[in-house]
Amino acid sequence: MIPLLIYIAIFVAAFFIVTKVVQKAVPQDYTSLKTVTFGDESAVRPNRAAGIISILTIFLMWGIFTGSSLLPGFLHAPGPFEGTATFTYTAEANGQTDDAEVTVIVHPREVDTDTPEVDPGDGFAKNDGAKVAQWRTGLINVDRNDDITKSDGAQVVAINGEPIAPGQTVYVDGGSVTLSDKGTPNFEPTRGWQMEPLYLPAPEEVWTRSLSIASEGFRNFTLIEHLGYSLFRVIVGFLLGALVGIPLGYAMGLSNWFRGWFDPIVEFMRPVPPLALIPLVIIWAGIGETGKIILLFLAALWIMAIAARSGVSGVNISKVHAAYSLGASKWQIMRHVIIPNSLPEIFTGARVAMGVCWGTVVAAELVAAEQGAGMMIMTASKFQNTDIVIMGIILIGVIGFGIDMLMRWAERVLVPWKGKG
Amino acid sequence: MTGLSIENLSMRFELPNGGAVQALQDVSLNLKEGELLSVLGPSGCGKTTLLNIVAGFLAPTEGKLIMNGHEVHGPDAERGMVFQQGALFEWMSVRENVAFGPSMKGMPKAEKAEIVDHLLDVVGLQDFKEKAIYELSGGMQQRVALARCLANDPDVILMDEPLGALDALTREKMQSLVLKLWKETGKTIILITHSVEEALLLGERLIVMAPRPGRIHTEYRLPFAELGVGADLREVKKHPDFGPKREEILSMIWDMEEEIMGRTEDAA
Repeated sequence: MIPLLIYIAIFVAAFFIVTKVVQKAVPQDYTSLKTVTFGDESAVRPNRAAGIISILTIFLMWGIFTGSSLLPGFLHAPGPFEGTATFTYTAEANGQTDDAEVTVIVHPREVDTDTPEVDPGDGFAKNDGAKVAQWRTGLINVDRNDDITKSDGAQVVAINGEPIAPGQTVYVDGGSVTLSDKGTPNFEPTRGWQMEPLYLPAPEEVWTRSLSIASEGFRNFTLIEHLGYSLFRVIVGFLLGALVGIPLGYAMGLSNWFRGWFDPIVEFMRPVPPLALIPLVIIWAGIGETGKIILLFLAALWIMAIAARSGVSGVNISKVHAAYSLGASKWQIMRHVIIPNSLPEIFTGARVAMGVCWGTVVAAELVAAEQGAGMMIMTASKFQNTDIVIMGIILIGVIGFGIDMLMRWAERVLVPWKGKG
Repeated sequence: MTGLSIENLSMRFELPNGGAVQALQDVSLNLKEGELLSVLGPSGCGKTTLLNIVAGFLAPTEGKLIMNGHEVHGPDAERGMVFQQGALFEWMSVRENVAFGPSMKGMPKAEKAEIVDHLLDVVGLQDFKEKAIYELSGGMQQRVALARCLANDPDVILMDEPLGALDALTREKMQSLVLKLWKETGKTIILITHSVEEALLLGERLIVMAPRPGRIHTEYRLPFAELGVGADLREVKKHPDFGPKREEILSMIWDMEEEIMGRTEDAA
């Protein structure tokens, strides 16, 4: 809740600062002179400052709530308690009461420490020492060293003088004490607002882990090999899918028989998510390369077939008529009219297919693989290496984005007439 | 025997709901080489169907079409077509579009280049030779379409409202160009249009078609096309016969439209 409020506050503050204070002098281009912008989609352009601030904010939030060393300390959200906490408990036995002090050392998880030695003190309840790791809780058997133990009828009735019964909680400096059902104090150090590194490591830790994975590799394969395997599978699977799917789509767009024969198959297979095929593909082809490539082939096949089919049916009939009137043969019409006319559709299909293939390969590797981006994050998660998981997700996102950019660039270069027919 | 003869053409479309539309009924027409015919009529009179049959894109249910002494069974380079718009190949440059017909025939490069250069000169697009189609204005695109059709040297040019999508000024310039090309090349031209003025200006012969069933209603022989060659078309429109002819044809088409409306209302 608090992170969300901070995020909204940054959003609103940045909006006012950038649009009302800084960006008074916008360039006087045509769009800036439009008076009707609400409802005119073409007048809505992404604000570059907003984009940059948005990305910075994500890293800022990440840093704030992980206590990142990249940020000055005053920006950190309150961290978990670390150090020595003390509280007193009051034990009651046979009608008499006695107080004793408990000293708890709260230490970071990765730095172990010794249980503190304490002076037992007087009375039948003796002072205790205990240690608890940050973000963990610890039951403290305070009666263990007492003269009268729980089994002799002693029970804890107050913490720091506040009465307590089983199930109730008393807040003390550095944490809280809850009495368990059996009457044993359970100390929970203050968690603060930061995320535990197990759930979300700081950005710099992800970065250093990325560097070490890049140089040392992960599970017998280098980082490049993991990503390369995933990419290789996508490219081979996609190319095979396109190689079969495009001619199939053309045939479906040009022949009644092919349309009738393949329509039920394509229309049935198209809504089946490729992920649903993973179990069957594993049964048939195992978890090796063959299985992955078959899966990606199937993922790309239907998309490419449908793209090619709609590319053919999207041809303006006047163009075909014109070509016939100019003396073109069927083959020449195919070569000079139908194929170029369908290229924009095929490129759109290829972009979709590459995106689907990239998603499918990661999912297939999550299920079973010896190497690959998906396998890397799945294995890392099993060993609670959250930093590797986050690194993997970022790299998968960057590569997916890169593929899409590459396809768009290829589209601009190869089919400049797209959308201009 | 050269020329085009349309003999007792009928066209009947069966509708999916069991009914049928008689798009054309017993249409006969003879065109001599070099004649310029414009076809007018209210929507639904079958003029585009007629043109598609002449082009060879549709087979008539009855009657036949004789072109240069042989029967027509499909599209052929001897009958070129100019469409309203969207029929140019936007993946090709202006030059490649104009060269399309000769390329399909496998004409040698030098000869092809000569034809293309000449035609681009004629339509005034020499400076736009290497431009992409989508970089040109609507009027320029139609000039490319004309040049592309002429590059193939067809015997008959079929025009399906080629100037329908142009603005008034561009349209007038294009009308002059069509007349000039007709005179210079001596091609037989069939032009379909919605505009009575255009039909009068660009028709040596003019037929008005009537709907339901589509048939030839009235035929005219007009002097305006000859007068318009190389002249200012606005002057031609001042010809004493022009205004009355226009009114006569307009009211004829009006009557047809009213009749259809009446019939539809009766049915309702």
